[in-house]
Amino acid sequence: MEKHFIDKKAEDFSVRPNIMEYAQEYASFKWEDVSAHFEGLPSGGLNIAHEAIDRHANGLLAEKTALVWLGENGERRTYTFLEMKKQTAKFANVLQTLGVEKGERVFTLSTRLPELYIAALGILKNRSVLCPLFSQFGPEPILQRLVRGDAKVLLTTKILFEKKVRSLLDQLKDLRYVLLIDAEEDESDQIRSLPRLMENVSEYFDILPTDPEDMSVLHFTSGTTGMPKGVVHVHKAIYTHWMSGRYVLDLHEDDIYWCTADPGWVTGTSYGIITPWLHGVTNIVDEAEFDAARWYSILQNERVSVWYTAPTAIRRLMRLDTNPRDEYDLSALRLVQSVGEPLNPEAVIWGMEKLKLPIHDNWWQTETGGIMIANLLSQQIRPGSMGRPLPGIDAGVVMHHDDGSVSEITEANKEGELALRPGWPSMFRAYLHNDEKYANSFVGGWYLSGDLAYKDEDGYFWFVGRADDIIKTSGHMVGPFEVESTLMEHPAVAEAGVIGKPDPLIGQLVKAFVSLKSGYEPSEDLRRELIGFGRKRLGVAVAPKELEFQQSLPKTRSGKIMRRLLKAREMGLPEGDTSTLED
Amino acid sequence: MTQEQIKAAIIEQILFIAPDIEEANIIPDKNIQRSLEIDSFDFLKILTALNEVTGVEVPESDYSKVDTLEHMCEYFMKRVKD
Repeated sequence: MEKHFIDKKAEDFSVRPNIMEYAQEYASFKWEDVSAHFEGLPSGGLNIAHEAIDRHANGLLAEKTALVWLGENGERRTYTFLEMKKQTAKFANVLQTLGVEKGERVFTLSTRLPELYIAALGILKNRSVLCPLFSQFGPEPILQRLVRGDAKVLLTTKILFEKKVRSLLDQLKDLRYVLLIDAEEDESDQIRSLPRLMENVSEYFDILPTDPEDMSVLHFTSGTTGMPKGVVHVHKAIYTHWMSGRYVLDLHEDDIYWCTADPGWVTGTSYGIITPWLHGVTNIVDEAEFDAARWYSILQNERVSVWYTAPTAIRRLMRLDTNPRDEYDLSALRLVQSVGEPLNPEAVIWGMEKLKLPIHDNWWQTETGGIMIANLLSQQIRPGSMGRPLPGIDAGVVMHHDDGSVSEITEANKEGELALRPGWPSMFRAYLHNDEKYANSFVGGWYLSGDLAYKDEDGYFWFVGRADDIIKTSGHMVGPFEVESTLMEHPAVAEAGVIGKPDPLIGQLVKAFVSLKSGYEPSEDLRRELIGFGRKRLGVAVAPKELEFQQSLPKTRSGKIMRRLLKAREMGLPEGDTSTLED
Repeated sequence: MTQEQIKAAIIEQILFIAPDIEEANIIPDKNIQRSLEIDSFDFLKILTALNEVTGVEVPESDYSKVDTLEHMCEYFMKRVKD
């Protein structure tokens, strides 16, 4: 087994890694020491936007490129830290003009345009709360999140607005403004042109005092039994972002960094916006969707040195039977990290053979706000393992007892639930409007992640699966309940059960099983109608890719659909305990 | 296959994978994935199905050459046998 481990040697590194001795760093690390790397807000407190942009713009990095934006059609735009300071100040002033207050939620629904990145930081400057939505959500997930998050403002594009939002407006009474990135004129008092608003405001903005515990970012994460939950983060989370940027992404000032994640998901904000700029590093943003040749060209032409990507993309690159190193100059690239779902060992090996670089897997989730467990540049990689806990992070594997309590499993290689000791700075502070759910996430002094894992004798963690029914597709979570609820709205559907079907490329795909109301018969036309219905309502990121009719779905005696059984049957696995199955 | 047959086959596969799309919304020179909200997984499925119909395999490295309906037609036209 050990021969498959990837060992690192000092001569492997073109730049000395920020962490060389894991055990020593882990033992000596203190969160309070991180504060020395921040300036603090002149008016008092700690604000993400000040630490990520303004302090660099006020100092030696003012003229350094902060953002390189690559447009879908070959356009290339750059922004210095100073330009970012001014643009984000203007956006904050726009919010001021509109009377948007501290703590109020400003949602974004946009493809990866520069305005999205400017707005994200402008929102934080105004001490409002950034709530990113994924642009491939359909109207239903958008509505659920806007309502649950008490949206006051939505920033979007004309096309997304027409397609997905306009028809929802009468259900969004509290939504005061829609700001359209690409509209030349205001449509009404409510639907405004962002360029017009930006014309008339100052490029100076003094950030008011911000408490490190003030709400900063609200992300939504899928539930297994209910609708998505708003995960509340605070400005202090940058302690974790700074730490993981240093240790995991190994950021050095001269790095060119590219995170391929969309800001609609937590990786795209924590590591696609905040972290590189905290470190004063040049950040690449590509507007386009995945394309193998395009991606290699970006790595080459932009001289990317640190690349944070996802297993789905890596598996797509693996489909090319060429040697990228022969075709592209990837000499600047020195570190590849991956997150979203566990990286299969074959992908790690592929990296060694083709990229001539190991790919480092790491683990975290929306609730943790930042990377918790990782394979580090200077440390041995165990392909298939998520690595070891970062300095400042206390992780364990726990077992559940009948009385509801948990205890840590100290025995190596024994499976249980992956858990963290609360208290790291980017830990979520609440599920919005759901205190009970939040409280239930913590048991016996542990935050319970919902992921099953084991720890080997050397402290490396290995992912086993989810403890619940949440689906992980293309690196993001889909809650089966949300999909089932929408399918049930179709007049033909009596019952729906939704599972994650294993898929070699995207991890799992969303598969729906439905039974029909009397008067409806299964047919290919109806199957396609339901697939289309799902796509229209839920959007391509959430809708089922496959749909199968069943006479009736397996249920417990209390009437709950047994997704576990649907999944076992789909995969041809033993059905396990079926004692609760209705007769 | 004629150009028209190839075009019809492509449209058929797009509509099969994404039944929510109306044929009139498939604009020949627009990026298929972006304009029709077809994700890369669905796009792959469309190309796999077209491989079965036309016998033409699009390697991953050529995906940028089949980004629009027009380009996809040209690409298949050049490679399809008889």
